[in-house]
Amino acid sequence: MAVMSESASRRRPLDLNISWTDIGPFLALAALLVVGYLINPDFLSATNLANVITRSAFIAIIAVGATFVISSGGLDLSVGSMAAFITGITIMFMNAVAPHAGIWAIPAGMAVAILVGLVCGLANGLIVTVGRIEPFIATLGTMGIFRALITYLTDGGTIPIDRSLREAYRPVYFGTVGGIPVPILISIAVAAVASFILYKMKYGRKCAAVGANEDVARYSGISVIRTRTVAYIVQGVCVAIAAICYVPRLGAATPTTGQLWELQVITAVVIGGTALRGGKGHVWGTVAGAVILELIANLMVLSDFVSEYLVAAVQGVIIIIAMLIQRFSNSK
Amino acid sequence: MSIAANIAGEGGSTLSSEAPGSLEPVLRAQELSKQYGPVTVLSDVTLDVLPGEIHAIIGENGAGKSTLMRLLSGYVEPSHGTLSMNGHAVKFAKPAQAQDAGIALVHQEILLAEGLTVTDNLFLGRELSRGHVVDDRTMRRLATEKLAQIGCAVSPRALVRDVSLADRQMVQIARALLDDHKVVIFDEPTAVLTGGEVERLLEIVLQLKAHGTAVLYISHRLDEVQRVADKVTVLRDGKMVGTYPGKTLSQMDMARLMVGRELAALYPERTAAPSDVPMLSVRNASVPGYVEDVSFTVHKGEILGFAGMVGAGRTELFEGIIGLRPAVAKIELEGKSVHFQSPRAAIDAGVGYLTEDRKGKGLLLQEHLAPNLTLSALDVFHPGLSMGRRREAQALEQAVETYDIRLKSLGAKAAQLSGGNQQKLLLAKVLLTDPSVVIIDEPTRGIDIANKAQIYAFIQELVAKGKACIVISSEMQELIGICDRILVMREGRITGEVSGAEMTESNVAVLATSGPKQGPKAKGGTKWLS
Repeated sequence: MAVMSESASRRRPLDLNISWTDIGPFLALAALLVVGYLINPDFLSATNLANVITRSAFIAIIAVGATFVISSGGLDLSVGSMAAFITGITIMFMNAVAPHAGIWAIPAGMAVAILVGLVCGLANGLIVTVGRIEPFIATLGTMGIFRALITYLTDGGTIPIDRSLREAYRPVYFGTVGGIPVPILISIAVAAVASFILYKMKYGRKCAAVGANEDVARYSGISVIRTRTVAYIVQGVCVAIAAICYVPRLGAATPTTGQLWELQVITAVVIGGTALRGGKGHVWGTVAGAVILELIANLMVLSDFVSEYLVAAVQGVIIIIAMLIQRFSNSK
Repeated sequence: MSIAANIAGEGGSTLSSEAPGSLEPVLRAQELSKQYGPVTVLSDVTLDVLPGEIHAIIGENGAGKSTLMRLLSGYVEPSHGTLSMNGHAVKFAKPAQAQDAGIALVHQEILLAEGLTVTDNLFLGRELSRGHVVDDRTMRRLATEKLAQIGCAVSPRALVRDVSLADRQMVQIARALLDDHKVVIFDEPTAVLTGGEVERLLEIVLQLKAHGTAVLYISHRLDEVQRVADKVTVLRDGKMVGTYPGKTLSQMDMARLMVGRELAALYPERTAAPSDVPMLSVRNASVPGYVEDVSFTVHKGEILGFAGMVGAGRTELFEGIIGLRPAVAKIELEGKSVHFQSPRAAIDAGVGYLTEDRKGKGLLLQEHLAPNLTLSALDVFHPGLSMGRRREAQALEQAVETYDIRLKSLGAKAAQLSGGNQQKLLLAKVLLTDPSVVIIDEPTRGIDIANKAQIYAFIQELVAKGKACIVISSEMQELIGICDRILVMREGRITGEVSGAEMTESNVAVLATSGPKQGPKAKGGTKWLS
């Protein structure tokens, strides 16, 4: 073992040059906070920030799941309508069992939500991997299916949550623990678990390998089908968690719930530094990306410079700038 | 070497710039060099190409032939040196400029738009038109003429997708010959062709010569070179060995010039003879579209070579065996019957495969070295819930030490390693799974001679430890240098076996090019090139 100890003692220095992709989203977030404060000092008030971040929680949680899918080389356009579908099923289930189970309908409903999310994700994953259909097309298809199902279930109207459950369920969105709103805590927990999976577990390696180069992964004995399918399942579960948080805010499922969320989710992931073509996923960057999107909207409402009708345009500019930064930092 | 370098072609007229030659070179390259960063891939190549002359360029893989062709046809700009045509200095910044100057390149790979017709492909990018309307009728007439001229029977209206691979090559040639060029460069034109088609191609080359066109001809098939070349320029390791009159060189001379003198030191001494204990035995293996009815056995401590032309089905055979593509075969591993559904199953059973495409299929180039090293061994290496980073770092340090991987820092990315060091990393990656059978596809493609020698030594060590090793290579010398036994494949079948003193380049070449011909044909749309 002389060789081992010798080689360990003259360890070569590890490169620690931090790339723009890694810290870019956080710098952008910091810059945005400074600009916001200069425009309107109320912007940095605890109440305002808590409000904004709470509102960004749904997108953040779903986008953490999307980080898995995109990292593995896939794409999921169905997340918005899947959220609506899961919300609908969950509320219908809770309303149905409330008369018998009382308050217990809520945890049971949450379990159902997770289960439905899991199955929806599995369906997406299998269509993409086993069915070998382009992720864009496959999830465009399921996006239509989920949206149509929720419209059918609500008969085009709304399904409100049972009155008896409303008060008990409220804290999941409106409550705080130690002064921090619950949705923020949930999204931090989701991101923490996700980053453990992506950075500390074997699955994370496989996921990034499949996304970076499918052939290399295959030749290395990694199952592309299993790895990518798991990513879609994670996405489904994340959508379910977001839906669970969302129920108390609206108090009902409607056919328009979650519309265009998929675009915001993909934007958050890309702003966060994960390449759309796959490879290493940036979980915390994604969370920062989701917060950035919501902050911009908030800032535009608080300031008088730009009409708030232009929020989507500004977000569009942001995603293009993020992509350009990635392009130039890669080509070096 | 008895043959002096740089002597003239037929007729004995010297062609050095001072002497009054009977013909002026149509293309002259002087001291052409190409460097990529610190790596010199071609240095000081000087070349005169005369009108009506067939000038062959030969050399081993990685000798710099393709680089030279890319320099001459404007795909790459030289780092040093000059080009001149008919005495005037020229510079090509892009292929179109070389084309306008009269230099056409027939690519080795088939570069055609499959969804368009033969005619569309012939005129792609230079469509004829009357006003703003594309003149299809004239183009079709010209296409028909050109195809007939080179003896190609495909319809100009056929979609390229529906045309056989050999005909696609012909279409590609017709495209290069559409305009009258002063110089036509063929880059390995016969790699995908078989007997009769090769004859047709050589006829075209001779036609061009008769027409006064200069032809640069790159080929691995030395018999073709011997038949048609007026001059032969030999490259080795990016340097020019010399230019020789074609008819004076035997195929053996050419091979000797290509390989050079390091031959003896390059290959390690065999320390132990192979045992006769079968390690991996494969019976009646078939891979649809590529391989038919192949059987072989490799023994403990044996290095078994697989020789053959590109497209003979060697890579596909082993990809089939380890579960990367659909295949039927009866496989026994150390006496136990096995069937590998996936590469994972093969790796777990102790069969490791090093792909020939280390950049495309072997390594994650944008990833750090440690994740690359452990990618095949994740389950073995990180048995717990979370990964053992320290063990991984130790494994990397050990691999760097054992396989002499040269790097700037352990935090480097795979893309930053040289080709030879990437190959060593790939070897380390596969051996980390502790296979008992190691299949190495093109172990030294595109790497320099020092790294080659090291890799041969590693292979030697593997079998000395009682593993069995299969080496697939297109470099015959390499197989002859390291193998105990060589199986030769042609068109999806094994055409023969050589061992001991029978392992000569000519014996292998004969089996590789003229064995039985009724192998499975490539289907339309299937890529025959591996």
